[in-house]
Amino acid sequence: MTRINWFYYAAPARFYGLAGKLVPWCAAAAVVLALWGLWIGLVVAPTDFQQRDSYRIIFVHVPASWMSMVLYVAMAFWAAIGLIFNARLAAMLAQAIAPTGALMTFLSLWTGALWGKPTWGTWWVWDARLTSELILLFLYIGYLSLRAAIDDERRADRASAVLAIVGVVNVPIIYFSVQWWNTLHQGASVSLTKAPTMAAIMLQGMLVMTLALWAYAFAVVFARVRLIIRERERGAAWLRDLHPAGALP
Amino acid sequence: MTALAVFLRDLRLAQRRRADTLAAAIFFVIVASLFPLALGADPAWLRRLGPGVVWVAALLASMLSMPRLFADDAADGTLEQMLLSPTPLPLLVLAKVGAHWLANGLLLTLVAPVLALQYGLDGGSIGILVLTLLLGTPVLSLVGAIGAALTVGVRGAAVLLSLLVLPLVTPALIFGAGAVEAAAGGMDTGGHFSLLGAMLVAAMFLAPWAAAAGLRISLD
Repeated sequence: MTRINWFYYAAPARFYGLAGKLVPWCAAAAVVLALWGLWIGLVVAPTDFQQRDSYRIIFVHVPASWMSMVLYVAMAFWAAIGLIFNARLAAMLAQAIAPTGALMTFLSLWTGALWGKPTWGTWWVWDARLTSELILLFLYIGYLSLRAAIDDERRADRASAVLAIVGVVNVPIIYFSVQWWNTLHQGASVSLTKAPTMAAIMLQGMLVMTLALWAYAFAVVFARVRLIIRERERGAAWLRDLHPAGALP
Repeated sequence: MTALAVFLRDLRLAQRRRADTLAAAIFFVIVASLFPLALGADPAWLRRLGPGVVWVAALLASMLSMPRLFADDAADGTLEQMLLSPTPLPLLVLAKVGAHWLANGLLLTLVAPVLALQYGLDGGSIGILVLTLLLGTPVLSLVGAIGAALTVGVRGAAVLLSLLVLPLVTPALIFGAGAVEAAAGGMDTGGHFSLLGAMLVAAMFLAPWAAAAGLRISLD
């Protein structure tokens, strides 16, 4: 019986090719799923009884919020793997995930503000979930600035990994803050333990948009990790063989 | 090099550099005094703002002294000796943080009642404010130590440290200032104190390890 070699793609040289093959597929999936999700969200889903059409931003807002938290956990996971096993590729993945995570957090706050204006009559409220999401954005910014401040890449990898692991404590606080502080933000509409309180078609639209953002995140992270590999391994022989003239892929 | 020796040495250093230690406390007083100038001197308004202002000022003042925690020792090579010492590094970090808290956090806690009087807080509220600071400032020092360890020898360390640490200590701020407000509103403060205490216990247990890991990375 042949055993699966889990570390086969842990070598940047092998992962570089794999990521290059996956990027177009992930990007195409992101486009198709986003079009499908937007069609459900903007055309198929009925107008809400209370919030009229303004609720439709939920199809971007909720998936972006989910992604902002998932990506932080993914970043901390790969940072931890990189720290524990001294794996270069894992650290590069963490580095590649961070800007996308920060973008999702910003998107979540931005769409939340756009939704809050017609629904609550204000762009911003100091509600638990909004505040936690803002703190998550600060954590991403802290991670990115610590990376940027350290010139030695390996040291930056490990220092930011410690920060990511410390910060990951914040993600459950975001999730449970709705129960902790009972404030203005509506309770979670989707949960695994009880039946969703929204129409099935809206849930479907949200899930499709979530998959679209997943595919987008994969595409961007793979493309970015390829650039990071090229930047960090620029002296390597396999890279010179692959791109003799130094042309971009 | 035992942890006790490090603890006593840091206390002696803090005592000999009184100007540095006092600067953070004076900064605390100045920041807290700026708020009435900006917001107006209405007593009822200030009484409501008081606990929050004192807490935010304490947070900023404790960040001010944080970069010095390891920077001086890194500059003169003491930190490398600590890394080589047979005493576990987290224990040494805990000793350093303890001395730093006695010289800075405790001082802020002792100054806070005077500021609270300026904001017109009554005796009971002042007592609760001091208690929350007593529980909360060690959390600031412990979490701050992680940031200080990660930014040893990094350019722009002071600003970066605040950027890293301030988001992490917001729960302490929420429950610290929240306890005083709850007490003023006649509500039970037990939950706030329990959560602050839980944060202190968790930080005391985990932060020295994270800071020690940060120091080993920084001095690699």
